Amino acid sequence: MGGEREAVVEVRGLTTRLDGVTVHEALDLDVRRGEVLAIVGGSGTGKTTLLRAMVMLLRPAAGTVRLLGEDVRDASPAEASRLRERIGVTFQQGALFSSLSVLENVALPLREHTALPAALVQDVARLKLSLAGLPASAADKQPGELSGGMTKRAAVARALALDPEILFLDEPTAGLDPDSASAFDELVLELRDSLGLTVVMVTHDLDTLWRTADRVAFLGERRVLALDTMRGLCSLGHPLVKSFFDGPRGRAARECAWKSG
Amino acid sequence: MPVGGLEVDDPGEGDLRWLLKGDWTTRAIPAFEPAPPAPSRRPVRVTVHAGGLTALDTGGALLLQRLVDGLGGAGVQVGVTGLAPAHQRLLELVRSRSAAAGSPVPPPAPEPRLEALGRQVWRHLAEGWALLGFIGETTSVLARAAVRPARFRWRALLATLQSAGVEAVPIISLLAFLIGVVVAYQGGVQLRAYGANVYVVDLVILMVLRELAPMIAAIIVAGRTGSAFTAQIGSMKVHEEVDALRTIGIDPVELLVAPRVVGLVLALPLLTVLAGLMGVAGGMAMAAGQLGVGFHDFLQRAPQAGTLSSFLVGMSKAPVFAAIVATVGCFQGFRVGMGADSVGRHTTMSVVQAIFLIIVADAAFSVLFGWMGV
Repeated sequence: MGGEREAVVEVRGLTTRLDGVTVHEALDLDVRRGEVLAIVGGSGTGKTTLLRAMVMLLRPAAGTVRLLGEDVRDASPAEASRLRERIGVTFQQGALFSSLSVLENVALPLREHTALPAALVQDVARLKLSLAGLPASAADKQPGELSGGMTKRAAVARALALDPEILFLDEPTAGLDPDSASAFDELVLELRDSLGLTVVMVTHDLDTLWRTADRVAFLGERRVLALDTMRGLCSLGHPLVKSFFDGPRGRAARECAWKSG
Repeated sequence: MPVGGLEVDDPGEGDLRWLLKGDWTTRAIPAFEPAPPAPSRRPVRVTVHAGGLTALDTGGALLLQRLVDGLGGAGVQVGVTGLAPAHQRLLELVRSRSAAAGSPVPPPAPEPRLEALGRQVWRHLAEGWALLGFIGETTSVLARAAVRPARFRWRALLATLQSAGVEAVPIISLLAFLIGVVVAYQGGVQLRAYGANVYVVDLVILMVLRELAPMIAAIIVAGRTGSAFTAQIGSMKVHEEVDALRTIGIDPVELLVAPRVVGLVLALPLLTVLAGLMGVAGGMAMAAGQLGVGFHDFLQRAPQAGTLSSFLVGMSKAPVFAAIVATVGCFQGFRVGMGADSVGRHTTMSVVQAIFLIIVADAAFSVLFGWMGV
């Protein structure tokens, strides 16, 4: 995955504060078109906060975030709304609307932002559910009836509703059994390859990192400590990065990944 | 963005050429009519030329696949040429997945009216039965607490007294005062016509102390506190906190329900006393201002107006109303199922049922006291 491609997200000098506590300070990060970028780091290093700043849910205290070439700070409400249609976001708990069925959850962005006829909205929504790997029977269920893995897939289907250019995933494989988690990894790669998506994900899952991530941004000390491929990161000497990847779990996942090529 | 579309080229001989152009995207689809015009005669072969396609997304791919499949289904030979590799891949993905996507299921036929009525009745009976079970469970927990007071959650009780009692003082005072004003004014206008101004004292005391003070206090508490009980317990239920309590070995009824019921049974009578005082004060103010019955006259007349018995009758209702509000509020909280939606629905039900039961109980009290001759 070499070569300089266009950056779809450019974060420059980002400083964020939550309740007076500085989470990031002068943080720089680029996401290139078509890559899968993973954000990792210990608990409380502001992975989700960084994601929220990228998707315009959190206003930075300083610095700029350029999303698809536009500075989100200067964006008017109408421009911000247009930008939001070009990105898809999933949340840790899925955040499906509990008063709507799964199908209606996926159809909502389509209804809201396109003038498609109702029957076609339904068909497109069903296709998105199928793309996200859900069986047809899940469409008419209520979000409360879904298992954890299915909830995450339904959330991806909703995020994909408007064919976004960038997909932001917050802990997509947390709480999934290994089978569902690796199926989710394949899903991310398949979507990236066939829909040309750029994927930004926050994750702790070492297997997911090895399998899917083109580059990994390691957060620590309020900035990006290292940004490299998994192999590159593992050979890095930084003590924080070392302790993250060199624990027994990190070593096991690495051996697994190297064995399988 | 270039508007998408479909041009049909008919060189004759039953061969058609479909020329795709522009953006075939979810957003662009509504702007064009993708259905091709019906050819003059049945085509034998259609070639789809995708060279002019500038963008394709899943929505556009779904539409294209439909058109192609529609032709294939009608026995026409179809060929697609000039598709960019990325678009080709997308089309294949959509084709493979749309087969598994399923089609809309028709909405179920509305059930016959009698069946719907039966279900409704059954649901209400089941809810009543569950409420009865809940009352029993709460009573047994309270009985256990009476034997072993050390097990009782005193801190939760104090919190309930604070939020349901102390914090309700301003709103209840204000509303009760205004109710007193209204009663004195509406009644006083009629009494003045007969020159019986001084009977406004009897009217205010009887109405306010006996009926309105307990009722107003209970209804405000049902709206303020009963709904809060449902929402608190309901959102704990949604987040599995109630189940977590059970696994830790804490009885949720003991921790969540008993202190709330006891707290409200203590707080509401006190609020009723306050509502009575403020209501009578409102009546007094109105009587002095509009009817020429001064404070001195009002208070002198008060003991003969049956003040004590009215007060006791009113006060005897308060603990019952409190038990209704607290029990229904907690019960509905435990009935909450999955999702934020359910919390809202049960909170509404909690307030409606509590007020309904308060009025039913008030009617029962009226019959009871009439029968006792109080």
